[in-house]
Amino acid sequence: MTKRPALLTLALWLIPLAFLAYFFYQPLVAIFRLVFSERFSQGWQLFEWSQVSKPLNFTFLQAFLSTILTLVVGLPAAWLFAKFDFPGRKALRAISLLPFILPTVVVAAAFNTLIGPQGWINQALMALFNLSAPPLKLLNSLPAILLAHVFYNTSIIIRIVSSSWSRLNPRLEQASRMLGATSWQTFTRVTLPLLLPSLLSASLLVFLFDFTSFGVVLMLGGPQFSTIEVEIYNQAMNRFNLPVAGLLSVIQLGITLLVTLLQSRVNTPRYGKAALNPEKSALSRPAKGWQKIFVIFMVVSLILLFAVPVLSLITRSFVTLEADRGQRGEVAIGLTLRYYRELFQNRSGSIFYVPPIHAIRNSLLYSGVTILIAGLLGTLTAYAMARRARFNKFLEPLFMLPLGASAVTLGLGFLLIFNRPTWANSTFPLLIPIAHSLIALPFVVRTMLPAIRGIPESLREASRSLGANPLQVLLKVDLPILLRSLLVSLVFVFTISLGEFGASSFLSNPHAPTIPVAIYRYISQPGALNYGQALAMSSLLLLVCGLGSLLIEKIRLPGEELF
Amino acid sequence: MLEVRNLKKDYENKPLLKGVSFEVDHGELVCLLGSSGSGKSTILRIIAGLEEPESGTVLWQGQDLHEVPTHKRGFGLMFQDYALFPHKTVAQNIAFGLQLQGLSEEEISQRVKDSLESIRMESFADRPITELSGGEQQRVALARALAPTPKLLMLDEPLGALDHTLRTQLIQELRAILHQSQIPVIYVTHDREEAFGLADRLVILHEGVILQQGTPQELFEQPSTPWLAEFLGLGNLVSGTVTQTEPLMIKTAFGELTVDIQSHQLNPGEECQILLRPENAFINPLLSFEENNFECRVRDSLFMGEYYQLELLCDTTTLLARSHFPADIDSRIDVSWPAEKIWVFSI
Repeated sequence: MTKRPALLTLALWLIPLAFLAYFFYQPLVAIFRLVFSERFSQGWQLFEWSQVSKPLNFTFLQAFLSTILTLVVGLPAAWLFAKFDFPGRKALRAISLLPFILPTVVVAAAFNTLIGPQGWINQALMALFNLSAPPLKLLNSLPAILLAHVFYNTSIIIRIVSSSWSRLNPRLEQASRMLGATSWQTFTRVTLPLLLPSLLSASLLVFLFDFTSFGVVLMLGGPQFSTIEVEIYNQAMNRFNLPVAGLLSVIQLGITLLVTLLQSRVNTPRYGKAALNPEKSALSRPAKGWQKIFVIFMVVSLILLFAVPVLSLITRSFVTLEADRGQRGEVAIGLTLRYYRELFQNRSGSIFYVPPIHAIRNSLLYSGVTILIAGLLGTLTAYAMARRARFNKFLEPLFMLPLGASAVTLGLGFLLIFNRPTWANSTFPLLIPIAHSLIALPFVVRTMLPAIRGIPESLREASRSLGANPLQVLLKVDLPILLRSLLVSLVFVFTISLGEFGASSFLSNPHAPTIPVAIYRYISQPGALNYGQALAMSSLLLLVCGLGSLLIEKIRLPGEELF
Repeated sequence: MLEVRNLKKDYENKPLLKGVSFEVDHGELVCLLGSSGSGKSTILRIIAGLEEPESGTVLWQGQDLHEVPTHKRGFGLMFQDYALFPHKTVAQNIAFGLQLQGLSEEEISQRVKDSLESIRMESFADRPITELSGGEQQRVALARALAPTPKLLMLDEPLGALDHTLRTQLIQELRAILHQSQIPVIYVTHDREEAFGLADRLVILHEGVILQQGTPQELFEQPSTPWLAEFLGLGNLVSGTVTQTEPLMIKTAFGELTVDIQSHQLNPGEECQILLRPENAFINPLLSFEENNFECRVRDSLFMGEYYQLELLCDTTTLLARSHFPADIDSRIDVSWPAEKIWVFSI
């Protein structure tokens, strides 16, 4: 394209690299310096190892259990989608992919409306047996965390494993049967080993998400169940013990990096075309009796798992229950729009109280800025990566690292570096969109890179030979071709920014919360109105994210996956 | 040993097999020959128990196999794309069936070694499957199917994916290995040369039924229908009308032919097809017969080594004929077909 391609590539790298160095690596270094600085060694006497080991152990435990449970649900579900055709298959698949785009606070709120003290199950039990207190104390328990994690991550197992399962050459299984293997022997000796790479990769990804889960654990686990993420938040925001928070961050970063490396190792395709189905895989209707039972059982279970929490959230946001008013005896369940109307009013006299509409305005503003930053930087980075240059090999990992760092770590780092007048968030609210951009950047690059690589160089050459200058080539050739992918990534950035909770919980000004931060605040305050407003806001967020993912499905190119 | 009775099977709501019956005897190599899409592979898959027929039975030594699951039938199947396990080495692929039989480690390794020897791939034992060439994969797939000594071996177009030179070479090898094993074999192919080069007996599948079966020689000499004669590439097919019987005379577009054949029940006025084989054509510039002699124009002449392949225009009909003498293009020559070498199909 130019006489000095390496130089142009370097120029493309320049802005994204500078941004990353200043806003990601600087805070990261600050955390490391804090941990290994003298301040910390002085405080070493006060430090107890249990402050680290307790959350660390619990994080491993819950992530391990969550991953196992997710596999137990996800594997049969992957099989269901890989092999069987049944009425409502498409709809169920769409529903099963919904959780992936849902913000953590929405999921937490949804499970709160199902199993919480004010949730459907407890309210129903109280009304049925005339109880004065919620009988089931599922909230603030390990099962609640596990349930939400299964809800969240089953879609990952389904997406990754079912796609490689359906591409598996069915003749391999038939060959094994011909050689005398039973169905079970065929599964353990042929199918499972061939699925192992994608199974491992999906499991590690699920483990990673469970390990770094923040919002769900914070809102459903309560004070006694704190994971590393939650403990970082607690130590930094409630106890102001930044060194311990930093140490936890460093440990967590190390573990997530290790898992990410492992994941990318197992993710490399091993068998080439040999294991792939040469024909288009045929779905079959369940024929045998046990197959019918399996399909019905799975469909019902998946609907229960995926649709019930979401429906529970939406319905609960429109309903007042008698318990809301604190009067017992008369049952007064009624439909109401009150929670939605209240979103636009400021009732409380408290100075910390912010009308919900302001949170919505803040969030929209932040995501607008995030779209600009992440879209621009992501496209630049993707262009730089698409070029062939020797140093790309060294620069690319630098960009994928923010994926391994958790949002909470990012928030902590920002707190350490930018808690100064210039950046102080009350006057300069750019920190949140910058943090959101760092989180969304890898997704933009992943969507844009294959699209940019897919443009044949001959198209650009042809347009240059027809008299187009470099800018005209960019505007008339590249841009129209990339438009779809760009749109997809921008919508994705929008939903990420709207739902982001970890970094926002550190960085948002008490007077200017984002939607997720406001939801968290309302739901943890007593009173039916607060609860209702949290649910109303969660429902709205759910609606926007649902529409966003629908839009992505509509405009994305076939075969393009977001992770 | 194996008996297939009246198999019926639909594919995408259209009948694919409309009642297929045939048998395979002890130590016999049967070639199931048919054009692609005729349902040959489906028959193998039904015998293997991988697919269920709409109706019909598969019997092994008189026992109905309907209730016997695939893995208990003890049959071997070599797939068209070989279906070698990509997560296993060459030796592990061959050992797979032996392990399932519960043999001891020593016996398995001994038999794998013997098996590799028989396909002359001893040094390939620990290679991953993904590094093998097409021909090597074919041999490993055969060894894997044969290793557990199946009661019946089925091969689904085993040479289909290979190029022509390799194919001719492998046919010889395959024949040797299969005959040595003494296992009854059903060999599916659409390739006439392959079938004739291997089979003890040929079974022709056409439009969902078995059209004809017999030794290669029987099929070659007495094809049952014009379609089969064309499918096997036996020669010129010409339509005609019976003018008289005893002797049988048939009128065609280029003249009347005398046919010396007893087996056909034909009446005067009846329409029929006749098969004129190029190799039976008599062409000699110095001699000509009275009987069945026609003067034709030479349209093309190809030198084939042992003979010349002539394309002749006899009146308005194009005929292929073999000649041991060269002929100039556009010259006129006499060609005759001996009455006893003409084959007739009634329609």
